[in-house]
Amino acid sequence: MTTQLPESGDSKNAAEKCTVLEVTVNNHPGVMSHVCGLFSRRAFNVEGILCMPIGDGDRSRIWLMVNEDERLDQMVKQIEKLEDVLGVNRHAAGHEVFARLEEFFRVQ
Amino acid sequence: MAGKGKKEKMMIRKTGAEAIVHMLERQGIRIVAGIPGGSNLPLYDALGKSSLIRHVLARHEQGAGFMAQGMARVTGKPAVCLATSGPGATNILTAIADAKLDSVPVICITGQVPSRMIGTDAFQEVDTYGMSIPITKHNFLVRSAAELLDVVPRAFRIASSGRPGPVLIDVPKDVQSETIEFDSWPEPGRADGAPAVDMDEVKRAAEMINEARRPILYLGGGIIASGAAAVSAHLAEKASLPVTMTLMALGALPHNHPLSIGMLGMHGARFTNMALEECDLLVVLGARFDDRATGKVAAFCPNAKIIHVDIDAGELHKIKTAHLGVTGDVKAVIDALLPLVAENGRAEWISRITALRTSYPLLMTGADDPRTPYGLVLAVARIVGEEAIIATDVGQHQMWTAQAYPFSRPQRWLTSGGLGTMGFGLPAAIGAALASPESTVVSFSGDGSLLMNIQELVTAVEEDVNVKVIVMDNHSLGLVHQQQELFYGNRIFAADFKAHVDFAAAAAAFGMKSYDLAATDDPEAILHQALTSHGPCLVHAHIDISEKVYPMVPPGAANKDMIGDENYDNTIA
Ligand SMILES: Cc1ncc(C[n+]2csc(CCOP(=O)(O)OP(=O)(O)O)c2C)c(N)n1
Repeated sequence: MTTQLPESGDSKNAAEKCTVLEVTVNNHPGVMSHVCGLFSRRAFNVEGILCMPIGDGDRSRIWLMVNEDERLDQMVKQIEKLEDVLGVNRHAAGHEVFARLEEFFRVQ
Repeated sequence: MAGKGKKEKMMIRKTGAEAIVHMLERQGIRIVAGIPGGSNLPLYDALGKSSLIRHVLARHEQGAGFMAQGMARVTGKPAVCLATSGPGATNILTAIADAKLDSVPVICITGQVPSRMIGTDAFQEVDTYGMSIPITKHNFLVRSAAELLDVVPRAFRIASSGRPGPVLIDVPKDVQSETIEFDSWPEPGRADGAPAVDMDEVKRAAEMINEARRPILYLGGGIIASGAAAVSAHLAEKASLPVTMTLMALGALPHNHPLSIGMLGMHGARFTNMALEECDLLVVLGARFDDRATGKVAAFCPNAKIIHVDIDAGELHKIKTAHLGVTGDVKAVIDALLPLVAENGRAEWISRITALRTSYPLLMTGADDPRTPYGLVLAVARIVGEEAIIATDVGQHQMWTAQAYPFSRPQRWLTSGGLGTMGFGLPAAIGAALASPESTVVSFSGDGSLLMNIQELVTAVEEDVNVKVIVMDNHSLGLVHQQQELFYGNRIFAADFKAHVDFAAAAAAFGMKSYDLAATDDPEAILHQALTSHGPCLVHAHIDISEKVYPMVPPGAANKDMIGDENYDNTIA
């Protein structure tokens, strides 16, 4: 039996099965671990992560590109439960925040 | 919080450690359990000067964590445990994970190496913050003493609000020693009020209940946590709803209430699981479809619509999609539901339940003989009465107790449900006895489990708590033995002890009195003596390893495929 590996170069194809989550959080060193840990413990792959402070730096915005998966509703609820998460928005695949970054991720 | 008064206010000057202790006092904390070490010595120095807080010295940090759990489970309020950095922290984590899975409000304060040494692999440094993320409701790594004024009350608020849970505060040693000035103490942290109830959802729930012909209430630990035992009984009585309880909810409805159909799931009575098979509406209140309760989920209550009420929105539709999911405090939701639910005798369904109950009851063989598992549990119950607090460890003895003990009130039953942690019983019982000194606290334990935290026998002696440890000694890891016998071709491996502990001698070594039920013709008399005299003691009971917990749903199977207790009376199938 052969196993088909996902074609990492085919970003368009990957993006179609992805959802973009916009997570607003309190800006402190533990927040990323809290959010990402929810995905890793469920063996739920995060395809892309972007995080920057917003406003006066008290808060950050985390952009996550994740696979469209039946567990996604549950994931969003779990993220919303985190004490340092202020809000979660879901966006369709191919949200420009990641699309614009593609040039930084070209395979050499 | 800068001075808003006109005249100069007196500034308060405290170290971080002193501030923690004073904020704990202001929270109403009067007992903490823990163990000191290098990284929390400033905190211990401040604690030693408190005239309000009694410190209970555990003999292993896991014991301290479970003592805090015992206090919290009995009072429903956050309780505090302390550990030093490194091994102190890693030792206490099991008890914190246990609190997470059973939604118990525990505040764990760990010492950490000084801030500037964090990340250098300093002596006794571990990443306590990182390790505790997935097993706490929330956690903090405190970076300045001033932050403590915000973090400590917040920790109490988080632990007790909504779905309760453990909060860990990691405090570097220099933060404990740092002196700060401030002009007033923060308000103690209290639980947030329950969210508003959505009346449209409640109306729909009432309609569904009123229309149902064969409804069942399925109560979970949330009923205990929200103080909803009494109102859930009213709801059941008004609409004649049979009530099943999870392991965590035992005591919510008295065992002898006519509508109680007992515990469901892996070791529930046959008639209970059969009734669930037949129900057309399952009203799930503060429960979470744990796999030990549901068996194979796809086959659980196959004909039922589901109403699911939980304070944690993340529980709705997680395991089973509900027809109606209601996010809310179960007590508030039941209060709103009660006037809308129609009185209904449901004669047909109730008589069907009675028929099932008579034909497929829990067969408690040996119930009259205190030398058998069920007989022992029932004899203890007769002696200690309804006010007693009952704890268990994990294994067959836990399930026998859950099945047979006549629970009659909430917050009197302490067991490790979600994590199933051997070693829970004794320290949790000590914590319960500390929080409720007028009660008799019984811990049913197995020989395997007791050995996991046996060092706390000396803590029980030192504190002179009214804890009675009943060791159901089968010279085995009984529940593992049972599974190997039933599901692994009787290949018993690593589940039988070849060297046997002399528990009487062990108790004596810790300074504890003990009694042996095998050494008498009248075990009930010995039990009476042990359980009615004040102070800690150990009761040794020999249990035959051939004794099993039945019925049992094989792991992964549907509840309807349970084994054991089958050939009672099949006339009404
Ligand atoms: C800390 C921990 N380790 C292992 C287990 C797996 N386990 C579940 S029950 C059990 C045996 C318990 O034996 P004992 O305490 O003697 O109780 P018995 O079943 O004999 O009544 C074991 C090893 C566990 N639940 N907890």
